[in-house]
Amino acid sequence: MYAGIDIGSRTICFAVVSGDQVIHSKITDTGFEPVKTARSLLKGNYEKIVATGYGRHAAVSDFADNVITEIKAHALGAVFLFPGARTVLDIGGQDTKVILLNDGGSVSDFQMNDKCSAGTGKFLEIMSGALGYAHLPEFAEKSLSGRSGVKISSMCTVFAESEAVSLLHRGIKREDIGIALHSSVVDKAAGMLVRVGFKAPLVFTGGVANNHCIVKLLSERLGVEVLVPPQPQLVGALGAALSGRKNI
Amino acid sequence: MADYRKMWRDMGLNMESHDQLLEALPPTYHDAYLTQNNRPASMEYFDFVVNEIHGLRVQELQEHKAGGGKVIGTFCVFVPEEIIRAAGGICIGLCSGIEIGTAEAEKVLPRNICPLIKSFMGFKLAKVCPYFESSDMVVGETTCDGKKKAFEILNDYVPVYVMETPHMKKERDWQLWREEVRDFARHIEEFTGIGISASSLAQSVREANEKRRALRRLSELRKCDPAPVSGKDCLLIEQIAMYDDVVRFTAKVNELCDELDKRVETGSGVFPAGAPRVLVTGTPMAIPNWKIPHIIETSGAVIVAEELCTGLRYFENEVDEQGTDMDAIMDNIAQRYLGINCAVFTPNTGRMERLLQLVKEYRVDGVIHCALSFCNSYAVEANRVEKVLRQENIPLLKIETGYDQEDTGQLKTRIEAFVEMIKE
Repeated sequence: MYAGIDIGSRTICFAVVSGDQVIHSKITDTGFEPVKTARSLLKGNYEKIVATGYGRHAAVSDFADNVITEIKAHALGAVFLFPGARTVLDIGGQDTKVILLNDGGSVSDFQMNDKCSAGTGKFLEIMSGALGYAHLPEFAEKSLSGRSGVKISSMCTVFAESEAVSLLHRGIKREDIGIALHSSVVDKAAGMLVRVGFKAPLVFTGGVANNHCIVKLLSERLGVEVLVPPQPQLVGALGAALSGRKNI
Repeated sequence: MADYRKMWRDMGLNMESHDQLLEALPPTYHDAYLTQNNRPASMEYFDFVVNEIHGLRVQELQEHKAGGGKVIGTFCVFVPEEIIRAAGGICIGLCSGIEIGTAEAEKVLPRNICPLIKSFMGFKLAKVCPYFESSDMVVGETTCDGKKKAFEILNDYVPVYVMETPHMKKERDWQLWREEVRDFARHIEEFTGIGISASSLAQSVREANEKRRALRRLSELRKCDPAPVSGKDCLLIEQIAMYDDVVRFTAKVNELCDELDKRVETGSGVFPAGAPRVLVTGTPMAIPNWKIPHIIETSGAVIVAEELCTGLRYFENEVDEQGTDMDAIMDNIAQRYLGINCAVFTPNTGRMERLLQLVKEYRVDGVIHCALSFCNSYAVEANRVEKVLRQENIPLLKIETGYDQEDTGQLKTRIEAFVEMIKE
């Protein structure tokens, strides 16, 4: 059994593989004591525990055996789930990453946002709250029915929020503002994909890949099928677990 | 460290801000430097110099001044130190790599400007740099627009002499530069009151060349695998080169190289053999800016060369020592300095050719291009670098960052992922 743990800014994801099977997985909020939360997910004996995500180095000084970056982890996980994948788009809580893969499934190039979290899960979470939705799935679902035409021009989370609020005050329907906000996330991701010269098949991972509105808009924008695994935020943990298996 | 407080107070430093600055330095230095594995023993001298960063060397400058000598500050590797030294002056590089006096600097500069410019203005306005306060005059140049215009402002606080550095390398640019070097020499002679003779100039040329040779000797040793010395230590030495006593510094670098020669014979190194080898290129990393090198070398890779102003550009080529009359020496000096491949030149194909050679000579696995935020010249030229490296299938990571630490998490992820990629 090999365990992988992805300690991200919003969630901690845990996956255990044995042979070619994922035999256990769990997703939990990061909370304020990430390493402690991460440790509580471990059950049983693992031949190797590999950590990834922002908390990877803290985990390795506590309980993990090895670290790999989220970039390598998502690449390994995506290729395992979709053999032959050539590009991975990972949008998490505070980062967006585009990873190019070669024929053999290894990373050949990547792009990542700088310090700013514009266009990530955090952005959508704040916008969902600003428009008064109870949770993100509702925000995505309702925004799907929005009409295009409204444009959010700011990429900054703080400015975009005040832009959205002022649109509400002008009487614009929140579904229409919602689709505009989703479009701005898609614009940013599509821009990164085009900049690195992405190739299909394209796999979309990370928590934001759960958002149907983003997936639909992205597929329309790029004109390719966007492959989304059943639990996209687990892909990093899965890749970490697989890397442990690889290194024996 | 001895007590230098009286000296600092007499120089007019803002003691409170200066204390804060000195407190900021040691922990960073400890984490980045003193925790490295298998460091060469001869690094002791350079550790001592850092430890005494505002002490002993400043005292030497003060003694030089007390004897009637002049201290001249510079901000660029285009300013010929030979001329300053031949006229009895001491040449000190004033560039700094730490965020200081930002609020003071923003009184006179726009908020969005290169951190190196903001930092030197901040140091001067906040009165926290004993090197700046020791400088009787400073020499600017017309390299990038930001510096060029900032020197007009700096002149309100300290006398600034500006050298016109050309932006192309046509015959008329060479002609202009040869004249600029001579004008500079006349200005410095007037300022120090000491005439430059062919023999004093020949001697300062020889000494500067010896310093360059020692640094090149150090570079050559880094071609070995395992690398006998870390990139961080070499960067530190290259930073210290800008302000230390020339002859003493040269001897200390040679001592270190003697030790490294032995390491190479026994195959001893600071990283395991086969560790991924990185070349760093881009904007200068002024002391104490060790941010990116520290992340690289704590991510499992070793830096084997710096194509930077605080690196190869500073010591790669030397002044031809053939000429004996004043005119010939001046031309040789001009020739050497205009050979530097800075991104302010258009085109700057020499840098691209050199990068490809360096990748081969130093057996580089990947190149990391570091541009300071808002540095147009290097950030735009990164595209030319990318083009030539891509053609040769050499992996490249492009980074733009300042002196702040807020993006360290993301940078760590990007650099580690790059190291993972080039390892495969």
